Amino acid sequence: MNWGVVVFPGSNDDRDSLWALGGVLGYGAKPLWHGDDELTGVDAVLLPGGFSYGDYLRCGALARFSPIMQAVSRFAAAGGPVLGICNGFQILCEAGLLPGALVRNRDLRFQCRSVRLRVESTATAFSCGLTSGDLLDIPIKNGEGCYAADESTLAGLESDGRVVFRYEGGAPNGAQNDIAGITSEPGNVVGLMPHPEHAVDPLLGAIDGQGLFRSAQQWIARAAQGQGVPA
Amino acid sequence: MSLIAKVYVTPKPAILDPQGKAVATSLATLGYGEVEDVRLGKLIEIRLEGDDRATAEERVEEMCRRLLANEVIEEFSFDLVEESVR
Repeated sequence: MNWGVVVFPGSNDDRDSLWALGGVLGYGAKPLWHGDDELTGVDAVLLPGGFSYGDYLRCGALARFSPIMQAVSRFAAAGGPVLGICNGFQILCEAGLLPGALVRNRDLRFQCRSVRLRVESTATAFSCGLTSGDLLDIPIKNGEGCYAADESTLAGLESDGRVVFRYEGGAPNGAQNDIAGITSEPGNVVGLMPHPEHAVDPLLGAIDGQGLFRSAQQWIARAAQGQGVPA
Repeated sequence: MSLIAKVYVTPKPAILDPQGKAVATSLATLGYGEVEDVRLGKLIEIRLEGDDRATAEERVEEMCRRLLANEVIEEFSFDLVEESVR
C-alpha cells in the first residue's frame, strides 16, 4: 500500500507522518508537493498537521486553493481514502470535503497533551479496523481545534453516525458534542484534530494511532474484493 | 480612480469568541464597566481598479463568499469608498 503525504508551505508534521507510515508501519510513503495537480501511484492521501500558508486569513483557507487540493478533491470524489490530521482537518473543512469548521479553543490555550478518544464509528476508511467504544490514547496539539457547526449540520452528523471520534470525558477545547473527528458520508474522507502519527511507537508513549493507518489497508483490501464499504 | 472595499469579517453570534471575551474582561479590568460584549473580527481593505460601484459590489460579495469569510462560522459586511487623493 502506498501513501501520499501532502507538503504545503508551512506543513510541519509531514516528515513525522512519512516516518510513521514508512519507517514504523512499513508502507510505501512519499511526499506530494502542493504545486502538483496530479496524484499518481498512491492508494491513500494524508493531509498533515502544521500551519499551511502561515494560517493566514483562517486555518486551511488558502491551502484549499493549491493545485494538489483539486487533485485530492477528485481522488476523494472517486472514493479514495483521505485523512486530514489537525491542520489537514481544517483544510478538509475549508475545502467543503467535510462539514463545519474549526475555531479557536474555548480557553484561548494551545492544547498540547494526550487525550482519550472514544471510537464512535467503524464505518470509515480510517476506523474500520477499530472497535466501537474503544478508547485510544492519542495526543493533541492545537490552538484552533474547537469543532463548530450549525445545529442542523450537527444533528445530521449525529443521526448519520458520522462522528468518528469523540473526546472521552469532555472536549479540552470546547468542541461541540465533544467532537474530535468526523467523516464524509461514504466514509472515505476523515478529519480529526488529534495526531495518530505521533502515537505509533512505544518510544512516543502510545501506539494507538497505528490502528487508523492499518484500517486504511483493510478498507482498500475490502474494496478490491468488491465488498464495498461496510453499512 | 479606484474604489476601496472595506470588508468586515466577524464571528457569528452563535460561535464562541474567546478572543472577544478576553478583550471584554481586560476592558472591564481597566474600569470600562459599560462594556457588555466584545466580538473580535477582521478588517480587510481591498483597492479595486475602476469606479463602477455596482460591479464592485457584486465582485466583492463574491470574494467574501468564496474566500474572505467562512460562512459556517463568520458573517461579513463591506463598505465601498472612493480612494482619497494621496
